[in-house]
Order: sequence, then structure tokens, then C-alpha cells
Amino acid sequence: MSTATLEPRVHAPRNYLNADYGWKSWLFTLDHKRIALLYLASVTFFFIIGGSFAVLMRIHLTEPQGALVQPETYNKLFTLHGVVMIFFFLIPSIPAVLGNFLVPLMVGARDLAFPKLNLLSWYIYIVGGMFTLYSAIAGGVDTGWTFYTPYSSTYSNTQVTAVAIGVFITGFSSILTGLNFIVTIHKMRAPGLTWFRMPLFLWAMYATSIIMVLGTPVLAITIFLLALEHLFHVGIFSPALGGDPLLFQHLFWFYSHPAVYIMILPAMGVVSEIIACFSRKRIFGYKIVAFSSVAIAVLGFLVWGHHMFVTGQSVYAGLIFSMLSFLVAIPSAIKVFNWTATLYKGSISYEAPMLYAMGFIGLFTMGGLTGLFLASLATDVHLNGTYFIVAHFHYIMVGGAVMGYLGGIHFWWPKISGRMYPNMWAGIAAVIIFIGFNLTFFPQFILGYLGMPRRYAFYPAEFQVLNVMSSAGATVLGVGYLIPLIYLIWSMRYGPIAEPNPWGATGLEWKTPSPPPTENFAEIPVVTEEAYAYAAEEGSGD
Amino acid sequence: MTEPESHAHPIGMAHQFEDLDQQHEADTLGIWLFLVTEIMFFGGVFAAYAIYRWLYFAAFEGGSHILDIKLGAANTIVLLGSSLTMVLAVRSAQTGNRRALIGFLISTMFLGAIFLGVKAYEYDQKFVEHVVPSLDWAPQGDALAKLAPGGLDHAQIYFFFYFAMTGLHAIHMVIGMGLLFWLVLRARKDSFTPHYFAPVEVVGLYWHFVDIVWIFLFPLLYLIGGRY
Amino acid sequence: MSQPIVPQKTYILVFLGLIGLTILTTGVAFIDLGPFNTVAALAIAFSKMMLVVLFFMGVRHSSGLVRIMVVAGFFWLALLIAFTMSDYRTRAWTPAPDAWSITAPPTHP
Repeated sequence: MSTATLEPRVHAPRNYLNADYGWKSWLFTLDHKRIALLYLASVTFFFIIGGSFAVLMRIHLTEPQGALVQPETYNKLFTLHGVVMIFFFLIPSIPAVLGNFLVPLMVGARDLAFPKLNLLSWYIYIVGGMFTLYSAIAGGVDTGWTFYTPYSSTYSNTQVTAVAIGVFITGFSSILTGLNFIVTIHKMRAPGLTWFRMPLFLWAMYATSIIMVLGTPVLAITIFLLALEHLFHVGIFSPALGGDPLLFQHLFWFYSHPAVYIMILPAMGVVSEIIACFSRKRIFGYKIVAFSSVAIAVLGFLVWGHHMFVTGQSVYAGLIFSMLSFLVAIPSAIKVFNWTATLYKGSISYEAPMLYAMGFIGLFTMGGLTGLFLASLATDVHLNGTYFIVAHFHYIMVGGAVMGYLGGIHFWWPKISGRMYPNMWAGIAAVIIFIGFNLTFFPQFILGYLGMPRRYAFYPAEFQVLNVMSSAGATVLGVGYLIPLIYLIWSMRYGPIAEPNPWGATGLEWKTPSPPPTENFAEIPVVTEEAYAYAAEEGSGD
Repeated sequence: MTEPESHAHPIGMAHQFEDLDQQHEADTLGIWLFLVTEIMFFGGVFAAYAIYRWLYFAAFEGGSHILDIKLGAANTIVLLGSSLTMVLAVRSAQTGNRRALIGFLISTMFLGAIFLGVKAYEYDQKFVEHVVPSLDWAPQGDALAKLAPGGLDHAQIYFFFYFAMTGLHAIHMVIGMGLLFWLVLRARKDSFTPHYFAPVEVVGLYWHFVDIVWIFLFPLLYLIGGRY
Repeated sequence: MSQPIVPQKTYILVFLGLIGLTILTTGVAFIDLGPFNTVAALAIAFSKMMLVVLFFMGVRHSSGLVRIMVVAGFFWLALLIAFTMSDYRTRAWTPAPDAWSITAPPTHP
């Protein structure tokens, strides 16, 4: 491997990055790899926006009476933090960036099934993002990202319509991406690539796509009905006419609970790839892990009522939803056990992706276990609406999904950019992120248990120490996120040139140059071995 | 963006596919997946409708009796006719009959336009009768007599569903008309052969789906409770 | 193409069937069947849908994968309606107590 040079290589072989130049070749590209980079830039932008709202909130919460903003503004901050982070960062992140880049490569195809739809879905995402940014600039929204009626539909005088349009539009980006992946995985696998030879990342993308396709349309219609009600002041969710606010919640959570599995399943797929590679072992129980992904996608549609235990849903419906919520934890737990079993007696190396993957396993497990407290009707009565919930979902979404995303970005960075990042800084950043994350969110479990409500701009004075601790952690976390942003951009020009397979990983994406040529493969590969054939390489038998 | 010319492309084949058959299978799967999303999209408002119909059946019944059942039935037959011309258009493409293809596509558009015209008339009637939620809600006379037993507030909910569901359906029809027009333009330029007519099939499937939505909307909105 | 060419007559017959069912469902609406009016209307609509799906949309000849997808779509919608409805149907089983007050004990039905 060549040493780091300060000048970019002058005569790089033809690849998807240098195949064509100029803004038109990027904005009108049909190449899934370039579209993935368009998404990379956009989701990073929205992550910074959503993160800025969080920074403002954490600064505000250092004082019991609020240190920074008016309560009305605070309401807008947590609303937009949620909307931006969920719809414009978490949901697209791994599928639209890593999925778009890797799915055709992993199946051994030249592109996705519908490249034009792929580009369209990015534009749809951008238009939706513009509406949402407009709503933020034009006064903000204060309903919470959950838009509960009748406040959002009747009483709030903030930019509900604009953000509703933004979310509605962006949903179609998600739908088209999922549609593209399902068709590609069904119809464009290379010769010899049977379903059970596919890398688990593909199974994760497939399961995620099922959720995107079946769930997102319900969000779209719900937002549509909400917007109608907001505009015409007559509606089906308003008690004044005999409408039921809970119906909105049913329709909203029918999508929004599976949505959290859209956010976590891809990260689980990434973790499977990383664990296998850096233990030099086939994932333990490959088929079970594959089926678990699909099981999570299916069962995830049957549990939405656990968000409504205390809002007036019938107790009997609550019981069913509670029981199903316990059930959906099982496939996730199976995956954690299988990853652990993969690590056992593996030949482990602690590269940055592996640090993120191991952090994922620990933090996701904590987040998942605390979910059981919330799935249980009796304890949820006390914990709902408190910071316990906030901590629970941040452990999964940040400790889980974001770390999975960063792990994946680092793992596949050589393939995407053709460069290596500086290993030392990557390791340091991973550790800083892990520490900063726990410092930010563990105190919130305690705060919630002690009774501090969420979405409040002020709190009793006895909670200040924990809040300040959390805000300090957020600062550390912010620094941790900044470091990869810097060195990854730096590496694109100054990083050491990467080989086709710097990690010695299995998978078709590693059998093509780094970065790949536009057409992905000179010849469509033929697959003859199982996934994760690491033991075969080592010769130690499995 | 440069691509290698690795093999000659049959008409209409995109580079990411190995052959037309694979492309056709992918296109078919893709449009069906999209229709599944539409099932869930319309399904959401059907679910909300189901809840309120169960809660306020009398109001829904009263509201339904204000609609013109004969016009609704006739319009349903018009739309079913457009489905017939649509499938005959696909068949014409399949047999390579370009004139028939264009003729049937235009017939489909014509019948679709009649459907939309009748709907526009029906919407106008709602304003005449003052049963438009929020915008013109002041039921009188015969309409009031039908709506009062179920409660006027709940009747407004019924009409909200009437406009939301048929409105969504109409929007989908208009999009379909646009797609049909695009097909006519392409057919006139000889874009389709008996081996490549996927766009016609895809639009056909979409059109049939929109028809199926109406097949359910008609009884659910016009035929509640009977008119005996 | 792998799809067989269906004779025009088949399509026309299906269309006539659809018209017949439309007239039937309209006619049934003028007869008092009580709750079965709804059942009849939905059954006829379902039959019309099956005719369109099988014949006009070609599912009669399509692959198993497409059929699974169609069934899955309707099944998922059924889940949405059924689970949501289960909330409304069971709310009355445990009505809220008449008086939520510290002094007066709640009265149970």
C-alpha cells in the first residue's frame, strides 16, 4: 500500500468519480454511486441542522428556568430537531447513502433496477427538505414531531402546513428507494447469488424496504388528512365535531413505529458485515439472522399501540400491543446473541469500523432492554412522557443507528472514495463519540425515572446536576462528530490510495477496484461460495 | 456519463439489464410494488372511514342518501368502460397494432374525461345543496331532513370523507390522464413493439388500480344502508 | 413476451360481468336487508375487484411473486383496520369510572 502523499494522483484509472466532470454530471447523474454521494452530502447537511437544534436545547437546559430561549421557541426547537433528524437524517441515512452505493455492487449488477427513479427520489427528498427548512425559517413548528391533533390541526398557529407538505413529499423519496431495492434484489442478482448466499446487509436492506413500501404511504395519507383539517378547519380528528384525536395517533404510529425499524435494521446489516470481517468469521447463525431481519419488519407493524398506552386507547387493545411489543424484541435479541457468538473465538482486530460495531452492540442492547420497561403497560404509565423515553430512543437511534451509520461509512470509505482515512484519528473519534454519547444520555434515564417530563422548557432545580452533565456530554459528542467530518473530507484528497480490498473482506463489492468504475464490474461476476467465506481463506474449517 | 458499449441494445432496453425479459419482469414487479403502496395510501383513509362509519352509522347513511345514486352508478359504468378500453389498448400493443393502440388510449382518456366531468357536476351540486364541510355547510330542506337524524356534526364528517376520498381518486385520475397522453405521444412516434410495450402495461395497471378504488368508493359512499 | 395474448372476447365478457354486478349492487341498495346490505355491497365490490385484478390486470397469468405482493398489500391494510378497530370496539368494555376523585370511590359497572 502506498504511503500518504500530499498531491492527488494525476493519472488515476477511470472510475465513477472521474468519469465525468461538472455540476451537470452530478445533478443529472443516473449512476447509483454518485446518487449515493448526493445523499451523503444532503444527509450530512441535515444532520448538522438537526444537531444545531439539539445544541441549542442542551444549552437552554443547563438552567432549571431555561438559559437560552422562550418556552414557545423551545417547543419549536424540539419539534424541528425531531422532524429533521428522523425524516431527513435517520431514515435516509444508511439506505440512501450506503444502500444506494452498495446494493447493486453486492448483488453483482451494474445499477439499481430503476436509476431514474433513484435520481428522482433524491430530488423529492431535497424538495421536501426545502419545505421543512422554510417552515423552520418562517416561524417554526411547535407541535412536536408527532403532530398530535387537535393541537396541530386546529389550535397551533405555527407553520404546520409547510412542514406537513415537506414530510409528505419526502415520504415518496423513501417509498421509491424501497421499491428500487426490492426489485433489484429480486431480479438482478448475479448468477450463483442465491438468497442465502447474499450478505446480511442485503437482507437488512430488503427488510427495511418492505417497511418503507408498506408503512410510508400511511404516513402520507395521515399527513394529507392533517393538512386538510388544518387548512379547512373541519376535520375528522377534532373532538368538536365528534372526531377522535386518537384516530390520528393510530394512523400516525402505524407508520412511525415501523419507521424506527427503518432506522435500525440497516444499521444491524452494517454491523453484521463489520463483525464478520473483523472477526474473520462467518456470522453465527446466518439464516436465523436473515429471518430475524424479516421478522422484525413484519412484527414491527403490529406494535404501534404501545405509543398510546396512556392517551386513551382501550386497555384490551393495549394488552395486545404490549404482548406483541415483547415479541418484537426477540428477533433483535437473537441478532445480538449471534453477533456475540461470532466474536467468540474470532480473530478480532479493532479498526474504527469494529469500534463502532461493538459500541452499537452495547448501546443498542441497553436501548432495547429499556424498551421492555416501556412495552410493559404498568411501568409505561409512569415512564411515558418523561426523559426515560428520550434516553431510550436516543440509545437506539444515536447509540445504535448513528454508530452503525458511522461504522458503515468508515468500513466502505475506501471503496467509496478510493482513499484511506487516518486510523488513529478514526479510533480516537469513535471513543470520544462513545464516551460523549453515554455522558449525554445515561443521565436522562435517571432523570426520567425521577420524573422529569420531556418537552418541557424548564424543570425542578434538583434535576440541574444531571441536566448539566447531559449538556456537557453533548459537547463531547459534538466534538466527536466533528472529527470524522474533518478527516473524511481531508482524506478525499490527501488520504493514502486504497486497494480494492483493504480489509480482506468477502463480498462482491470488494472484488472491484476502489473506487469502482461507473459500470461496477468489467464482467458480471459469478458467485460460487457462501457469504462470509472467511474460514475457507484461513483454512481453519468452520 | 460514459458507459461502455458492451452489447447491442434492443429497442427500449436499459443498460442495467441483461435482456428485455429481465427488464420486463423488473418493470412488472416495480409497478405492482407501487400499487401496493397505493393500497396502503388509500387504505389509510379507508381505515379512518371504517372507524367513523361504525361510530356514526346514521349520519353516514343520511349523507349517503343525498348523493345521486343513478349518476354514481352510471359514472361507475363509464369508468369500468375505460378499464376495458385500457386493457384493449395493452392488447393492441401486444399484437403490434399501432392504430388500435392509439385509438383505445384516446377512448380511455375520453371516458376518463366524462367521469371527471360528472364528478365536477356532482361537486357543484354539493355547493348548491350547501353540504360542503367548512366551505359551505348549511344544509336546508330535504338535505337537512336527511342529515338531522344522524347529527349534523357527524354528517359533516361523512362529507369530509366524501370529498377527501373522491378528491384523492380524482387527482389520481388526472395523473392517469396525463400518463395516457404521454403514451399516445410515444405511440405516435413508434416507440412500442410487440416485444417492448412495458410503459403501456404499467400505465394500464395503474389505471385499473384507480378503477378498483372507485369500485369500492361507489358502494361505500353511495350505497350506505339502502334506499328503501 | 411471456404473457399470452388474451382474446378480445374474454375482456368484453368480463366487462359485461362488471356492468352486471354494478347494476346488481345498485339494485340491492333498494331492498331492505338490514346489516346484510353492507355485506352484499362489499361482496359484490370484492367480486368486481377480483375480475379486474385477474383478467384486466393479468394476475391470472402472473408469477407467484406478484400474487404474493398483491395479497400482502391487502393483508397489511386488513391489519391496519383490524387493530385500529379493536381499540374502538373494546373501549366500552372498561368504561372510565364515573368519578375520578380522591373522596368518592369509583363506581364499577
